[in-house]
Amino acid sequence: MTSTNRSDSRYHGFSILLHWVLGATLVAVFALGSYMADLPFSPQRLKLYSWHKWAGICILVLSLLRLVWRLTKRPPALPAEVERAMPAWQLLAHKATHLGLYLLFFAVPLFGWAYSSAAGFPIVLFGVLPLPDFVPVDKALAHTLKEAHELAANAMLGLVLLHVAGALKHALIDRDGLLQRMSPFGR
Amino acid sequence: MKHRILTAALGLAATVAFVPAHADQKLVPAQSEITFVSKQMGVPVEGRFRQFDGQIAFDPAKPAASKIAFSVDLASVSISKEADAELPKPVWFNAAKFPKATFQSGTIKALGGGKYEIAGKLAIKGVSSDVVVPVTLTQSGATTTATGAFPIKRLTFKIGENEWADTSMVADEVQVRFKLALTGVGKL
Repeated sequence: MTSTNRSDSRYHGFSILLHWVLGATLVAVFALGSYMADLPFSPQRLKLYSWHKWAGICILVLSLLRLVWRLTKRPPALPAEVERAMPAWQLLAHKATHLGLYLLFFAVPLFGWAYSSAAGFPIVLFGVLPLPDFVPVDKALAHTLKEAHELAANAMLGLVLLHVAGALKHALIDRDGLLQRMSPFGR
Repeated sequence: MKHRILTAALGLAATVAFVPAHADQKLVPAQSEITFVSKQMGVPVEGRFRQFDGQIAFDPAKPAASKIAFSVDLASVSISKEADAELPKPVWFNAAKFPKATFQSGTIKALGGGKYEIAGKLAIKGVSSDVVVPVTLTQSGATTTATGAFPIKRLTFKIGENEWADTSMVADEVQVRFKLALTGVGKL
């Protein structure tokens, strides 16, 4: 494999930046969400809930930017030799995981936003920018949306783990250098 | 005979004169509400009180001679399931020791057009403070509806102590809103 070949197959620098920033943020916001839900009623809990919501809205906005960027700047195709080495089910899993992740990048924060509105706590971004409510205040609806938010977040956790497992397989078992495409450290 | 009629007439007049015009004024709880909006990290959150009562002796023609007393059961607060379990506790309302918030009117001024300004004392959690409450009255059939809103500072009444006294978490100012349906109030 020549070096030109490899750099051609790399993701764009901005795509790489979005991937790692969002990846780290998603993990942090998921961990925060799991932790805060069991806290007793306290200012600390109120603060963490607000931070979780603000970070979730940031993820939503960045995901929209990322989707638009991905649609205008197509990601590099799999290197031919990597694609040849993958059985059909792996190619399908690769596509389905990415599609699922993109759906959940939007579904999880949107369910969270709607849940907050339905529970009667509209989101005020960073404590200054009130966001609109797109669902009415409704306790039963809030409960359903909470379940949907949690279920979607857990589904995303599952897909992220699958994504990481796939990456590790390419790095440690196949040793095909595929991860270089998304490496934040140059060529 | 003449004498009797005169006596009866005098008696009737006396009865009318001594029964206050507002004897049958009543609050209709089912058509009334007391809500409040507090800000939590910039988020306006609405709550309400489910139990309250008022003794009203209001004469639109003589506002200065009118009297309004009001009490609110603090344990009947309703915001959300988890907040409702916390708010009666000592750091918030301490409803076990101070079950009711009360308002006692002082000077009532008519501003015209059905608007009034009621100065009075608001007592919550053992602290009494002067407030001025703007009220607008509207009448429809036998019902007089009083609406208004006024701000209070929660820390004046020690609502939210210790860690909850932090106003960057829960703002000091709380907007109190009311809509009270009354029967038996004279024509405006």
